Amino acid sequence: MSEIDFSNKLTPWEIVQIARNPGRPAIADYIQGMCDDFVELHGDRAFGDDRALIGGFATIGGERVMLIGQRKGKSVEENILANFGMANPEGYRKALRLMKLAEKYGIPVVSLVDTPGAYPGLDAEARGQAEAIARNLTEMAGLRTPFVVVITGEGGSGGALGIAVGDVVLMMQYAVYSVISPEGCASILWRDGKKAPEAAEALKITSESLKKLAVIDEIIAEPKGAAHSDPGQAIDAVKKAILKHLKALKKLDTDTLVQKRYDKYAAMGR
Amino acid sequence: MGWFTKPAEITASTPTEAIWAVCPACKAYVPRAEWNNDLRVCPRCDYHDRLTCRQRVAQICDSGSFAEISAAVSVRDPLKFADASGAYADKAQAAVKKTGEGEAILTGTARIDGIPVVIGVMDFRFLGGSLASGTGERILLAAEAALKQRQPLILFSASGGARMHEGIISLMQMAKTCAGISRLQQARIPYISVLTDPTTGGVSASYAMVGDINIAEPKALIGFAGRRVIEQTIKQQLPEDFQTAEYLLEHGFLDHIVHRGAMKTFLAKVLRYASHG
Ligand SMILES: [Zn+2]
Repeated sequence: MSEIDFSNKLTPWEIVQIARNPGRPAIADYIQGMCDDFVELHGDRAFGDDRALIGGFATIGGERVMLIGQRKGKSVEENILANFGMANPEGYRKALRLMKLAEKYGIPVVSLVDTPGAYPGLDAEARGQAEAIARNLTEMAGLRTPFVVVITGEGGSGGALGIAVGDVVLMMQYAVYSVISPEGCASILWRDGKKAPEAAEALKITSESLKKLAVIDEIIAEPKGAAHSDPGQAIDAVKKAILKHLKALKKLDTDTLVQKRYDKYAAMGR
Repeated sequence: MGWFTKPAEITASTPTEAIWAVCPACKAYVPRAEWNNDLRVCPRCDYHDRLTCRQRVAQICDSGSFAEISAAVSVRDPLKFADASGAYADKAQAAVKKTGEGEAILTGTARIDGIPVVIGVMDFRFLGGSLASGTGERILLAAEAALKQRQPLILFSASGGARMHEGIISLMQMAKTCAGISRLQQARIPYISVLTDPTTGGVSASYAMVGDINIAEPKALIGFAGRRVIEQTIKQQLPEDFQTAEYLLEHGFLDHIVHRGAMKTFLAKVLRYASHG
């Protein structure tokens, strides 16, 4: 990342490179860095256990939560195991199972989003990738427990949104969140994948743009040089932001919470 | 008469396309009048041609019963988006002019075999039936009308997915429309989804796939990821019937595949079970 000069205002395309930096904290780093305890829960109870999307009981600053998130690896082996953070339907169904469990036990959900997208595979289609994501969107809208989302790295389209319908959506300063990858958009609308920097600009995918569009609620500032230059400080900032919002959300009665969540998404694009 | 029968009068001055319709699937020449009368289904291969939203409404709703509810909700440009071929605002206005519709879905109240419903019908001619802020708003208002009037909601999908030109705002419409569907579920209001050719991407991954009853037309393309993206990712050939309605039925994601000629009768039959008075 040596070519990125942080003393200038970064371009959206430079921010995409930072969001994808393999040295950026991944979910394993967040579990280690901000959780006092983590009890991983496996499986969707129907097909399998997707290693691309993990979750379990976690304690963050004394708060009991259900933590879910996509998993990017730090090594080739881990990335292959975790399918580079691209979940299959069973991953989304496991996430839903854990959300419903959180609702049952009255504990909040914390969702850490970092994925290039849902896995585009033959088996994923056969097992209903579309249905799994659609079901999650519908269930999250009415989930009767507080739900905090943090976009930590890549927020890749429906694969990100499939675990990201929350009461508050936080975003790290150099994360991105988009309906399509800049490369994909460029190859369709510019008919040239090399125009990705232009597409990144036009799609308005940075935290600054998304805050202005009211798609996210708060930007979590990153250390100078971005999260990979000082993961400890970045993880601590995420932890503080999560705890602040959990505290506020827990004061709301559940009917109000769910009504406000509905109003939030109903207002999108109005 | 069949597709092979020549129409009676052909003069040199009559343009070919006025007399013959060419089936996009099997390429057969079908007399135009027969194609139009026959629900735009190919009499040779049963291909279901794409319909405009008004053609669909005419086929499904009782005559004169349809009343549009969100005509005032029009296409928007939240990102002020432009690409190599120009401004989205211009393309959107061209789509309005071409179709005579304000967005990629037409919504309203209607009756089906006497049963009052709220209905939404997507129109693929409008920017590929893409889901964007105006589309999402119309769908949410339809769901809210169904909730308020305690009437079933029926949505006919025909869409290539989320509209890129509205970026993240289009993605958020997936969550927004599903929030509307979630409320119907909680209130036990029936929601029937009809997936027509094509229903892909962000529309398949939101309201289209979470009907109480999911119905599709024969051979409709239905899927999340594009065929080419999948082939490039897994580097293997995909089955012939991959992402067809028949494939989805076999894999458990549809209740029924219903021929266009039987669609209204089928919907009426289901609605009689679904409305708990
Ligand atoms: Zn044909």
